[in-house]
Amino acid sequence: MATQASRSAARLMISPSVILLFLWMAVPLGMVIYYSFRRYRLLNPDRAGWAGWSNYSNFVFSPDFGGALVNTLILVLGVLLLTVILGILIALLIDQPIWGQGPVRILVISPFFIMPPVSALVWKNMFFNPSNGLFGELFKYLGMPPYDFLGQAPLASIVTIVAWEWLPFATLILLTALQSLDGEQLEAAEMDGAPPLKRFFYIVLPHMSRAITVVVLIQTIFLLGIFGEILVTTSGGPGTASTTLPFLIFKKALLDFDVGTAAAGGIVAVILANIVAIFLMKAIGKNLD
Amino acid sequence: MGKISLQKVEKRFGDVSVIPPLDLEVEDGEFVVFVGPSGCGKSTLLRLIAGLEDTTSGKIFIDGADATQLAPAKRGLAMVFQSYALYPHMTVRKNIAFPLKMAGVPQAEIEEKVDYAARVLNLSNYLDRRPGQLSGGQRQRVAIGRAIVRSPSAFLFDEPLSNLDAALRVNMRLEITELHQNLKTTMIYVTHDQVEAMTMADKIVVLQAGVVEQVGSPLELYHRPRNIFVAGFIGSPKMNFIEGAEAAKQDAKTIGIRPEHVTISKDSGAWKGTVTVSEHLGSDTFLHVETDLGLMTVRSGGDVDVHHGDTVWLTPEADKLHRFDDKGLRIA
Ligand SMILES: Nc1ncnc2c1ncn2[C@@H]1O[C@H](COP(=O)(O)OP(=O)(O)OP(=O)(O)O)[C@@H](O)[C@H]1O
Ligand SMILES: [Mg+2]
Repeated sequence: MATQASRSAARLMISPSVILLFLWMAVPLGMVIYYSFRRYRLLNPDRAGWAGWSNYSNFVFSPDFGGALVNTLILVLGVLLLTVILGILIALLIDQPIWGQGPVRILVISPFFIMPPVSALVWKNMFFNPSNGLFGELFKYLGMPPYDFLGQAPLASIVTIVAWEWLPFATLILLTALQSLDGEQLEAAEMDGAPPLKRFFYIVLPHMSRAITVVVLIQTIFLLGIFGEILVTTSGGPGTASTTLPFLIFKKALLDFDVGTAAAGGIVAVILANIVAIFLMKAIGKNLD
Repeated sequence: MGKISLQKVEKRFGDVSVIPPLDLEVEDGEFVVFVGPSGCGKSTLLRLIAGLEDTTSGKIFIDGADATQLAPAKRGLAMVFQSYALYPHMTVRKNIAFPLKMAGVPQAEIEEKVDYAARVLNLSNYLDRRPGQLSGGQRQRVAIGRAIVRSPSAFLFDEPLSNLDAALRVNMRLEITELHQNLKTTMIYVTHDQVEAMTMADKIVVLQAGVVEQVGSPLELYHRPRNIFVAGFIGSPKMNFIEGAEAAKQDAKTIGIRPEHVTISKDSGAWKGTVTVSEHLGSDTFLHVETDLGLMTVRSGGDVDVHHGDTVWLTPEADKLHRFDDKGLRIA
C-alpha cells in the first residue's frame, strides 16, 4: 500500500476534493478581502474605485464596534460558563442509576435537535413574552409586574436561549468523560479519607478537564458566529444592546447596504476569531495532550 | 494494632449469595492470604472488610470495636487495588501525600512522611513524575507508598501483582514480605496464585464459592489438607487423585499423593505406566505418566533420564498418602 506508485495514485484520487475544498474556502475569502478595499455602497451611485483602509477605519471606529465586541464576549463567555457548569451538574445527575434513565437521557439531549431560530422563537413567544409568556404568567401569579426579558435584559435572555441549545452538547461530552472514570480511583480516594465534595474536586474534575477543554474549544467556534437567535428575538436591540460582531456585519451589509464596510468587518471578525483561538489553545490546549 | 474479626458476615447481591455467613479471625501483625479460584468472593470479602461494600448481615470488628457501619476512611485500613488506582493527573509525590492532605496533616509533616515512604520504596528519583510515566512495578510501589503513609492498622491488597510479569512478580513478592517484616502491620492479601499464598502467608484462608474451606499455616495446608479441594488447590504441580479399588485398599473413597512423593523407577514399583510428556526444568523434571489408574504427575530430579514413550514404575511414599472419604473430607 505504501509504494511510490500507490501513494501518488492516492494523491491523484483525493486531489479533486482537496482542490474543491480549497477553492470553497479561498475564493470567498479572497472576494471578501477584495471588497473590503473597494468603495461599494449599494445606495450610492459612485460605487467604483479603491477605498484604501477607509472601510476598515469606518468599521472599527464606528460607534457600535466597541459595544458589539463586548456583547460578543459576554455572549460567548456567558454561554460557556452556563453550559459547562450546568453540563457537569446534569452529567453527574444522569450518571446515577435512576429509574427511567434512558428516557431522561433522551430528553436531556433533545434541545440539540431543534433548529436555532425555532428554539429562539419558542423562548421568545412562549416564555419571555410579558403578556402571553409563561414567565409573565408566573410573575403575575406571584403578584409582581411582568418582566420584559427581551426588552430589559436582552443579552442575558439571548445567553439563556443559546445556553439552552448548547447544554445537551456539553452534557453529552461531559457524561461520556464521567463514565470513563475508573471506579477504583474513587474508591481509593474514599479510603484515603476524601469526602464526596473533595473527591469531586480532586479526582472527578481533573479527569474531566480534557472533555471540558473540548467543549470550550468547539463551542467557542460556534458561539462566535451566533446570529439567527439574535435576528428573530431582539434584532440586535433595543438600540444596540444585543448587537454582536456578526450582527453588526449583517447590519452594515443588509441594512446599510454598505458591502465594503461589511467585508472589512468580516475580515476584522476573522482576525479576532483567530486571536481568540490562539489564546484558547495557549491557555487550555495543553489539556489535550 | 490491627486485629480484625468477622462474625457471621454475609453478602448477597440481590438474590445471589456471594458470601454465606462466615467467621474469621485475623490476629494483629499477621500476614493473611485469601486464596481461591476466580469468582469465589475474595475481592468481595476484602471490600467488605474495607467498607467499600455493605454487609448484608453479620458484624465486622476492628481492634475490638464494631466497624460494620463505619465509613471506609474511618476504619484505619489502607487498600492497594489490582489496577493500582493511582490518580493519573497528580505527581507521585502528590499521590502519596493525598491521604495525609485529606487528613489535614501539616505540610512539613507530609513532606517528611512522603520522603520516608519514597526512600523505603526506592521511589525518591520518581517523585515528580506522573503515574503514566512509570513502569508497572514502580506504579505498584507508589500504590503501596500511598498506603504506608497513613500508618494504617492493616493493609488490604487485592491481587496487587497480577498485572506484573513473572520476574517482577517474584521481586515484588519479596519486597512486600520484607515490608511486612519491617512494619509488623497486619496485612490481608488476596490472590488466586497459590505460590504467592504459600510463600508470603503466615496464615492462608482457602475460599471456594464464598465458603472458607480451611484456615491454617502454609505447611499445615500442605501436609494436612482438610478436604480434596484444598489438597488439589495447594501445591504445584497438583496432587494426584486416585479412586476405585486402589483407594478402597486404603479404606478410602479417594486417595491423593503429591507428585514429589512418588518415586520413579525403570524396572520395578507399585504402578506401571507410560511416560507421555516429560518437562525438563533443569532443577526438576515433571513427568506425566499414563497408568492404569489414570494420568499421574511425578516430580523427580533434574537429571532423571526418562523420555516420551518409556515404560516406568511408580511407587508412592506410603506415609505421604492422603485419604479422603466419600464427602471429600480427610480421613485422619
Ligand atoms: N456488584 C456485583 N453485583 C452482582 N454480583 C457481583 C458483584 N460483584 C461481584 N459479584 C459476584 O460475586 C462473585 C465473587 O466476586 P469477586 O469479585 O469477589 O471474585 P474474586 O474471588 O475476587 O475473583 P477474581 O479472582 O476473578 O478477582 C462473582 O461470582 C461475581 O460475579
Ligand atoms: Mg478479585
